[in-house]
Amino acid sequence: MKKSLKERLAILSDAAKYDASCASSGTTKRNSSASGGLGSTEGSGICHAYAPDGRCISLLKILMTNFCIYDCAYCINRSSSNVERARFSVEEVVWLTLEFYRRNYIEGLFLSSGIIRSSDHTMEEMVRIARELRVTHNFRGYIHLKSIPEASPALIEEAGLYADRLSINIELPTDAGLTRYAPEKRPDGIRKSMGDLRLKIEEMRDPTLQTKRTRRFAPAGQSTQMIVGADQANDSVILGTSARLYGSYGLRRVYYSAFSPIPDASRNLPLVKPPLMREHRLYQADWLYRFYGFGIDEITRDQPDGMLDLDLDPKLAWALSNRHRFPVDINKADREMLLRVPGFGTKIVRAILTARRHRTLRLEDLVRLKVSLKKVQAFIIAEGWTPSRLIDRPDLRTMFEPKPEQLVLL
Amino acid sequence: MPSPGLERQTVTLDGKGDFGEWRDAARRLLVAGTLPTAVDWREKHGTTDLFADPVPAERKPEEAQRDITVPRAFMTLAETVICHSDPGRFGLLYRTLWRLQAERNLLDIVSDADVVRLNAMEKSVRRDSHKMKAFVRFKEIGADTPTTGAPATDVMEVIARPVSLEPGSMTIGRRRFFAWFEPDHFIVARVALFFQRRFTDMDWIIATPKGSAAWDGTTLTVTSEPADDPKLTDDADTLWRTYYSNIFNPARLKVKAMQSEMPKKYWKNLPEAELIPGLIAGAEEKVRAMAKQAMKDPPAFHAKVREAAMPKSEENTARPGTLDAARADARDCTRCPLYCKATQTVFGEGPDDAKVMFVGEQPGDQEDLAGRPFVGPAGKMFDTIAGEVDLDRKTAYVTNAVKHFKYEPRGKRRIHQKPNMGEIRACRWWLKLELDLIQPKLVVAMGATALTSVMDHAERLGDYRSRKVDLDDGRTLYTTVHPSYLLRIPDEGRKREEIDRFREDLKTIKTLSDKL
Repeated sequence: MKKSLKERLAILSDAAKYDASCASSGTTKRNSSASGGLGSTEGSGICHAYAPDGRCISLLKILMTNFCIYDCAYCINRSSSNVERARFSVEEVVWLTLEFYRRNYIEGLFLSSGIIRSSDHTMEEMVRIARELRVTHNFRGYIHLKSIPEASPALIEEAGLYADRLSINIELPTDAGLTRYAPEKRPDGIRKSMGDLRLKIEEMRDPTLQTKRTRRFAPAGQSTQMIVGADQANDSVILGTSARLYGSYGLRRVYYSAFSPIPDASRNLPLVKPPLMREHRLYQADWLYRFYGFGIDEITRDQPDGMLDLDLDPKLAWALSNRHRFPVDINKADREMLLRVPGFGTKIVRAILTARRHRTLRLEDLVRLKVSLKKVQAFIIAEGWTPSRLIDRPDLRTMFEPKPEQLVLL
Repeated sequence: MPSPGLERQTVTLDGKGDFGEWRDAARRLLVAGTLPTAVDWREKHGTTDLFADPVPAERKPEEAQRDITVPRAFMTLAETVICHSDPGRFGLLYRTLWRLQAERNLLDIVSDADVVRLNAMEKSVRRDSHKMKAFVRFKEIGADTPTTGAPATDVMEVIARPVSLEPGSMTIGRRRFFAWFEPDHFIVARVALFFQRRFTDMDWIIATPKGSAAWDGTTLTVTSEPADDPKLTDDADTLWRTYYSNIFNPARLKVKAMQSEMPKKYWKNLPEAELIPGLIAGAEEKVRAMAKQAMKDPPAFHAKVREAAMPKSEENTARPGTLDAARADARDCTRCPLYCKATQTVFGEGPDDAKVMFVGEQPGDQEDLAGRPFVGPAGKMFDTIAGEVDLDRKTAYVTNAVKHFKYEPRGKRRIHQKPNMGEIRACRWWLKLELDLIQPKLVVAMGATALTSVMDHAERLGDYRSRKVDLDDGRTLYTTVHPSYLLRIPDEGRKREEIDRFREDLKTIKTLSDKL
């Protein structure tokens, strides 16, 4: 008997939850005032709900189908898994997206799919959904399509006309890992897809000779995801891969997804609690690389086994092993060095730089800016404050370490 | 009689987020020189307020002459802060306005106590507005009750009519929706425009205790009258709850992270929130059940899929006999570790009977993406100068000593790195194959890496530059610089000289190739 829409929604959203991204930001600003249609995007994304896993729910994140001819060990939908299978029709996905959108549950659609029949067949169906939404229903909300590996360039090109973002998952940090766990996926094929997409985005961004206008093509760029903790790659390797992906393909984001146990799991995989803290530290390091001027090498060099410190955030860990760079005078230091002070974010640094043009800053000023003195005071000099020999104290690290906790048994 | 600035004044405002009423009052007070400490700001409660002073008089013409200037940033800030529900906002804004007359940079001093408080209020209003955009939930209501032009409060009496909810069902005309929301501040008027821009093709009403907004396709009506919750339901909420509970991953419970972004005060109007306690309570059990569930035999279709995916023929490990076969084999080259970092192998390009073969160093950023040699800036430089001496690149075979791009990521770019001897040696296998298959008469090495590879020995470029050397196998070697070198010369004069020298080299190559 055919499963009801609700039953299939349950299966196909359950199958989609291992994709971390739910972003709806960074695309062009547009709305329906002129078209009289439905939907808008206004730059920053909106999280319409949060699940108890702390993740934002911004998009209707579903699979078109969870039938799949690939057998990737880490994936709940691999062909050898006994998970319940289901499939949506093109019309059903379009209907769900629009009805959810009208009730203001979501910002748009994040559509992915298991691979059925062939890559091109699957991609064609996904493109049809995006086209229906945009053309037939005049939908201006956000659309993220997961490109299917090895799909033809013509389909990807059409997908980019309708979608805000396209992504393809790198899945694992090393080629060896991917070959081992996802025998049908080709790491070079994935890189090639990303490279093609970057070239296409750049080509479309250039104004045409005739109309002198740029064309809309995946305005929110491309992103990818890496599973953390399924294979043996250490954080240094993972971050190195991210840096390469950012540099090579202009990715907007690399998502890290702590490997989470799946039902009916392959015997090749660790059945442990997902390393959530490790995932968090990787995101912090990724931020340091992209917004704080840190090199990957700087972040991981002093860490044993190339693994980030789980007890301390990577900036603090870096500062503790580079004490000679501190204390930093908040009334004199340049932006680059202020960004390296543990406890200062980009906003605080901007505030300090603006405020110090008009007055000399004291610790009290930082308190009013909601900076944690406990964290920064050892690393800074302010009017009326020098950390004396705080920075040289051998027990400085223990001042920041989390209090010991009784271990909870799983 | 006290001086005018010290005379106590009471100003009563409606206080429902209307910036104009505060601005008019504040301007008048400031022009009159009234000290911030002398003003008693009040909010009107209900329609009659026994303590209210008479409505402030209109501006006198002579006052208009003395207009006050404030930084643009203050106006933007004040327009937002005025929507805050804190009764102290009027006084705080007036004090800031007063201080700004002497301290023009006050807003830059972000650690000033008044500025800190203003910024916090502004942030709170912005957050509340953002949460309204996020947490308003529309319920569909019947299409038979006209709303056009009706004030929002009248629609409270609308009884939800069941709407047929299934894919393929059609609604003629505009569909109608209703939402109940409880904001902290007076933000309905601010946020209504967002909903108008987004939900243009449907009629909707958003009712709150702090005012309502309604849209009918032509007019946006906003009132500040408080409304009541009509407690409507919508069948789609069931599907939404199904989605919500299934997108949740029980193995990653992070309740605090959820609550900081979706505080409990919003829960009562969110259809999905009633599921939260159950999802949290059942999470651990679900994970344990997942761990216990051993891997079973794969489903029947798995075997079929496997069989279909089996490679049809055995892999060919022999040395390829044609250029096309070599190109195909090179795609999977793992002779050195560079393949893991590059996008793809960039094989040579050109006729397979070319008389001249140009050898460069390695693909760059653009070549790596395009999969073709010499298409980036260095390739363009080469093409330009070759064109000047009538050298047709299409008749030659163009390739690189190393066929994968070696680089170091630096932010959003890739910085080229010179290949080492091991990488050159590993890749020489392919260059040798290209030489054997094409049999060019003249080999042009561009740069030291190419020279090293052709000679199979580290050689100094200076020893070979612009010289014709006969190779053992009857070929001629001619050596010049790599065109990317020309792009890197910072001094304009020297750059011109070097480009001239390169042009002379290409001219010589042209003459040599014409004789072949």
